[in-house]
Amino acid sequence: MARLIRTEKEVEGRYTEQWIVVDEDVLEQWPAGPLETVGRPVPRADGGQRARGEARYTADIKLPGMLHAAILRSPHAKARVRRIDTGRARRAPGVRAVLGPETGPLTDEPPYEGAPVAAVAAETSEQARTAVSLIEVEWERLEPLLDPEEAVRRNELIDEPNREERGEVERGLAESDAVVEAEYRTQTVLHNSMETHQAICEWDGDDRLTVYISTQFIWGVREEVAKRFGLPEDHVRVVCRFMGGGFGSKNGPGDYTYVAAELARATGRPVKCALTRREENLDSGNRNSTIQRLRVGARSDGTLTFLDGEFVNATGWDGWLASTGGPMRLLYACENVRTVEYGAKLNTPPMAAFRAPGFVEGTFGLECLLDELAAKLEIDPLELRRRNHSTHDAVDERPFSSKQLLECYRRAEPHWERRDEVRARSDATWKRGVGLASQVWYGGGGPPSYAWVRIGGDGRAAVITGMQDIGTGSATAMAQIAAEELGLPVDRIEVALGDSARGPYATISAGSSTIPSMGPAVRAAAADAARQLIEIAAQRYDREERVLSLKNGQIVSSDGGSWPLEEITGLLESGQILGKGSRGPNPTGMRVLTFGVQVAEVAVDVETGEVVVEKIVAIHDVGRVINPLGASSQVEGGIIQGLGHTLSEERLLDPSTGGNLTQTLDAYKIPTIADVPEIVTDLVDVPDEHLTNLGSKGLGEPPIIPTAAAIANAIRDATGADVRSLPITREEMLRALREASRQPAREEVGA
Amino acid sequence: MKIELSVNGERKEADVWPGESLLFTLREKLGLPGSKNACEQGECGSCSVLLDEKLVCSCLVLTAQAQGHEIVTVEGIAEDDRLHRVQEAFVQTGAVQCGFCTPGLIVATVDLLAHRPEPSDDEIREALSGNLCRCTGYQKIFDAVRLAARA
Repeated sequence: MARLIRTEKEVEGRYTEQWIVVDEDVLEQWPAGPLETVGRPVPRADGGQRARGEARYTADIKLPGMLHAAILRSPHAKARVRRIDTGRARRAPGVRAVLGPETGPLTDEPPYEGAPVAAVAAETSEQARTAVSLIEVEWERLEPLLDPEEAVRRNELIDEPNREERGEVERGLAESDAVVEAEYRTQTVLHNSMETHQAICEWDGDDRLTVYISTQFIWGVREEVAKRFGLPEDHVRVVCRFMGGGFGSKNGPGDYTYVAAELARATGRPVKCALTRREENLDSGNRNSTIQRLRVGARSDGTLTFLDGEFVNATGWDGWLASTGGPMRLLYACENVRTVEYGAKLNTPPMAAFRAPGFVEGTFGLECLLDELAAKLEIDPLELRRRNHSTHDAVDERPFSSKQLLECYRRAEPHWERRDEVRARSDATWKRGVGLASQVWYGGGGPPSYAWVRIGGDGRAAVITGMQDIGTGSATAMAQIAAEELGLPVDRIEVALGDSARGPYATISAGSSTIPSMGPAVRAAAADAARQLIEIAAQRYDREERVLSLKNGQIVSSDGGSWPLEEITGLLESGQILGKGSRGPNPTGMRVLTFGVQVAEVAVDVETGEVVVEKIVAIHDVGRVINPLGASSQVEGGIIQGLGHTLSEERLLDPSTGGNLTQTLDAYKIPTIADVPEIVTDLVDVPDEHLTNLGSKGLGEPPIIPTAAAIANAIRDATGADVRSLPITREEMLRALREASRQPAREEVGA
Repeated sequence: MKIELSVNGERKEADVWPGESLLFTLREKLGLPGSKNACEQGECGSCSVLLDEKLVCSCLVLTAQAQGHEIVTVEGIAEDDRLHRVQEAFVQTGAVQCGFCTPGLIVATVDLLAHRPEPSDDEIREALSGNLCRCTGYQKIFDAVRLAARA
């Protein structure tokens, strides 16, 4: 039965209260552990298409008569267009339309370098780019605001500061036997999805629009595009079949989509607007830099007495205040916690969600701080974390729907105990050590999300839904879930997705929500179809429904009979069995979170400052694991992005002009295969008994969260140096080593 | 200008402008979008193809330079209906995530195994470090190369 509820909806740690209609989740959870298909490694269904180069991404779509757009972007961090002349561009070969700053989202007062000012549509992308270079602009350059601390002083903020407090920090301070205070900094990093942001817009008349787009949320694009052009949502069709990475940067339509739509309207032809790599690194979002001033106090037994943090996010011109203070509020049992988060509004490109926004940055600060405290108290860092383990959400006293963090710690022990052995392999130049860090994140997903299951006369099934697979393999996981419920081999399931005109509403693929939101809906739809199959079989074979079940492509009776599924579905001829399912509500009164711990082993060359990460063990609790092969891919991918964030990646701005100095992949260093350490993945794989009919949480984001702190803590273990700023370049490493050698001799940490 | 070249064993003709990259010609004129365009300046390896059995970034080769030469793209790797052992290994080990870098990595791995049938881990690192992947974390790409080498 449909039920109207008032519920909390969470995406990327941002909560909104809303009314929502949900169907009851009536299915019992499956037993824990590997089943017929669910819980077993399955290579992805569309892997062959991708490996053959036959998968068609937005980048590969060519429509008849399609034009290509190019955008003139501001070369200045803050400027005004005094005069613009598009005459030469209009007359250039192949040009079909030119839009100036009077057409939104183009602007004559660009507030950051890379902001779109004018756009051209031409027969080829080369012609469009050439024409853009012919646009003449007389600029008035203005003084940009680039320093986040200065912005906070001037109250130039993206939003009201977010102040949260429980207990009293001053009281906690008075009760402390030890206090550690430190400032941590994290840098701006760029998503660098391999497929750049792009969209193709095609009008049908003046009131219907089709958008092919590389996106994490076709329904969000549909809604925003419809709103912008004043169209009914059903007049906007959004298609994304294959998608070349997003990591949070492709959650909405973006300026390029509107530019393509405007140029398509102006020319009456489909228009593709694809960002170049340089544009991608200028204006497609970023993980904003942070400054974190943190304090922690504890009793001599390690009990935390208070946590206090001031966080400055360099949000940029637009965006939102990522919860850098979230880990401090959520990870540990501590009565007195105060956080204040500022979002500095700057003349720099807007931030965008980037794989656990805020928590990656905040966990670096918090988990390094904890290790500095452990060193001061001379308590084992793992033991310190155990002593402050929280049994419920201290923010609002809600119990966790499930939490296996202590089990994660238990499994971390053998890796943690290698410390002496690893350290003993140090020599005069290379110092080795081990560090760990914990992780908390959301990832419970939520309603609404819907799926249909269609079974044809041939006994094959199709899962039909308007979700997108952004490369994580979620489509394969959906096939496994449907196969399990229908008792079919997974290769008899087809998953049709990525088209808002050919399936019901589905979740955004962000916030680690695709599996926990969509999986239960797919299972419900499959169960609805299975019920109908059983009803028909009961009539055909003259059995009671309760003795029949579906297994291995057969209808099986508990009295011993069995019949191939096709025997029943064959009776349908052209008829079909249609199952429908939706995502039920999240458990009321409970907090759904994911947890984990990572252990890093590093080697530091104390002469050159080179840091080599030799091994990372990742132990995470995300409830039931659907596909261990896809899951370990997610873990490894998250860790390597975390490795880049820790050691090599940084968007550098010219401090005087605000110009981006790292627009290409040779200036902006993402990890290569040569940088990869040994990675060990260990997923606890215990279903969350309160969460949906699956007990699964999301895994996209958790693995990147603790990596930086685990590495930094391993560096401290190896060298005694406190690295407090990312990335840990050789320069930063040598600075930290110099500082450590100036300090009064601290005891060999942990020795 | 008219250019003649062999692509995946077939003779092809294309009308190109002097500055046109081989990648552009393959994708836009010869109907072969398997080679991906991700940086256009030889930094990511997504457009890797074999030019007379040599691994190149097709974005850095002018089509005019390829006149009379033999090109193999990712579309020419599989043997008819069957995936090439390198492709099969990438799929089976989970080395394909979003898949945008995969065509380049497949071609680079085919090239590696042609020269080094049993590469060491260091040789794999060396040979594939020009192919950037943002999803997989590379570990499963190691698995794939090792599996393909054994196959």
